[in-house]
Amino acid sequence: MSYFVDENGYYGKFGGAFIPEMLYPNVEELRVNYLKIMESDSFQKEFKSLLKDYVGRPTPLYFAKRLSDKYNTKIYLKREDLCHTGAHKVNNTIGQILMAKRLGKKRIIAETGAGQHGVATATVCALMGMECIVYMGEIDIARQAPNVARMKMLGATVIPALSGSKTLKDATNEAIRDWINNPVDTHYIIGSVVGPHPYPDMVARFQSIISEEIKKQLTEKEGKENPDYVIACVGGGSNAAGAFYHYLAEENVGLIAVEAAGLGIDSGESAATSVLGNEGIIHGSKTLLMQTKDGQITEPYSISAGLDYPGVGPLHAHLSESKRAEFISVTDDEAMKAGIELCEFEGIIPAIESSHALAVFNTKKFKKTDVVVLNLSGRGDKDLNTYINYFKL
Amino acid sequence: MNRINKKLQEDKKLLSIYFTAGFPQLNSTVSIIESLENSGVDMIEIGLPFSDPLADGPTIQESSTKALENGMTTEILFDQLKDIRKNVKIPLIIMGYFNPMMQYGIENFCKKCKEIGIDGLIIPDLPVKEYSENYKVIFEKYDLINIFLITPQTSQERIYFIDKISRGFVYMVSSASVTGSQNTFGTVQKEYFERIAAMNLKTPQIVGFGISNSATFKQATDKTKGAIIGSAFIKHLNQNGIAKINEFVTSIID
Ligand SMILES: Cc1ncc(COP(=O)(O)O)c(C=O)c1O
Repeated sequence: MSYFVDENGYYGKFGGAFIPEMLYPNVEELRVNYLKIMESDSFQKEFKSLLKDYVGRPTPLYFAKRLSDKYNTKIYLKREDLCHTGAHKVNNTIGQILMAKRLGKKRIIAETGAGQHGVATATVCALMGMECIVYMGEIDIARQAPNVARMKMLGATVIPALSGSKTLKDATNEAIRDWINNPVDTHYIIGSVVGPHPYPDMVARFQSIISEEIKKQLTEKEGKENPDYVIACVGGGSNAAGAFYHYLAEENVGLIAVEAAGLGIDSGESAATSVLGNEGIIHGSKTLLMQTKDGQITEPYSISAGLDYPGVGPLHAHLSESKRAEFISVTDDEAMKAGIELCEFEGIIPAIESSHALAVFNTKKFKKTDVVVLNLSGRGDKDLNTYINYFKL
Repeated sequence: MNRINKKLQEDKKLLSIYFTAGFPQLNSTVSIIESLENSGVDMIEIGLPFSDPLADGPTIQESSTKALENGMTTEILFDQLKDIRKNVKIPLIIMGYFNPMMQYGIENFCKKCKEIGIDGLIIPDLPVKEYSENYKVIFEKYDLINIFLITPQTSQERIYFIDKISRGFVYMVSSASVTGSQNTFGTVQKEYFERIAAMNLKTPQIVGFGISNSATFKQATDKTKGAIIGSAFIKHLNQNGIAKINEFVTSIID
């Protein structure tokens, strides 16, 4: 079985490009050109050099000794939290801004939920001197004020999404509508492995630098490229796609995808798409999504804004259906506890998204000899208020 | 012959009206359809509301949200329409996004449309290729015409291809925009209308998006077979109610 996209833009039965005709020229232009551009020497050179000198790559693969002792296994943390802007999101925005430039685009639009992708987009637009418009749900703007300020400082215009439920899925709708209204000069930088083909594949390739580095770093530390497990949290699925990418075809590497259960799978307040979702179409992709039986997309819930999305990318839908990856869901409480534990054991404050991945050590038992790589997708600075309120700090 | 094809043979410019089923009230559907027909409208697009209508502007987003709050579902809409062909003779088209139809089951959905007397479907997020490869056979089995869109950005080659596979009419999106964002047509649209007219397509064209009054209706239909009004009608309905539908229609075509 293949876990990579096929020539029609599908992962198994998931994927495709379910877009209105108005978007066809833009998406088609990207589809025809993205591989050619990405694989060109000049692109690779510029991309790699920015990842090194601007983002700070390679990010360390850190052996977490005290955490390993506690869980009686060998835990390595892939330190995406040390990327410039504080999360893996910037790997993708660097790639896409270089893509946009080569396509001759002048104006960049993006959606954001927590604001991490918005900040990463505003950052690369400042770097390249391009106009940047970020759509963000009105409710998210209110609860993520520091990131809104960061985007503004970086020169971006933040436009509130006032439609529907006024959160990430509506911000994505607004960005898509903007692209329909501005079909010629604009590139849409999607923030995860979601959306119409070729976005899921393109974003996964930009993020695949994560597993490319893990292979090299693990060889130095363990004398082998392959760990026994790779663990990553899944909102749309970009950090997981990047951490899994070079291991997808290596069936002896266990892949563990962690979704947000919110207040609990059966609570009605959850974002565990692989459990609660079924096949449908969201934002131009056929994938698993949370919806009513009538096909209306429902609002997810998670304490972590970055995991608060009612779908997963089509790659992850395929990994879930084919059982290539094990999907585990983790509640708000379990994640918060695991987040604090990392602070206390290793001196690292994780993003709450990443805390969900960390919580797996409390639900799944690993062997003492297992080598487990956990993708620490982001740092917790943006989440301080949530940590403060939750733990009454 | 499908009612859409028969209608297209009439020697006149056609006025088609879009409304969102379940708006302003859950049970407005049948009375809106009947008064549109009685007012002289040629064709109706019944909007199946969706939570995430990404090709629509604020007016239709709001009517869709309201319709869903009112409790509209695919099942209820089909139930409301079950006797519609006792009175209503003009072509009826369902316009909606693909996900709710998928959840109903595409074959079931088409079968139900046929039973009711629906003549065609407009599904903005079902792309041409996907339709041709996976759904065409089912649509045709139930004599449903799938209407394709073209826009000012659609390449000449693609327009000829869409023309070739179209039955019924081609939906000409007036400008690069979501629904409802235009109130007048400038030179860009005029040139676009002229460019398409010069292509001599076999399929008649009906213009949609941005038509709001008799002036824009006349401009849009100068070189085409007809025009579709959506947002402007919904605004009127919202302000004036079902009783005044006739006023709106006569303001366009008299
Ligand atoms: C730190 C961090 N991790 C994970 C995510 C979830 O996104 P994805 O599933 O695309 O990696 C986000 C999104 O905002 C994030 O900020």
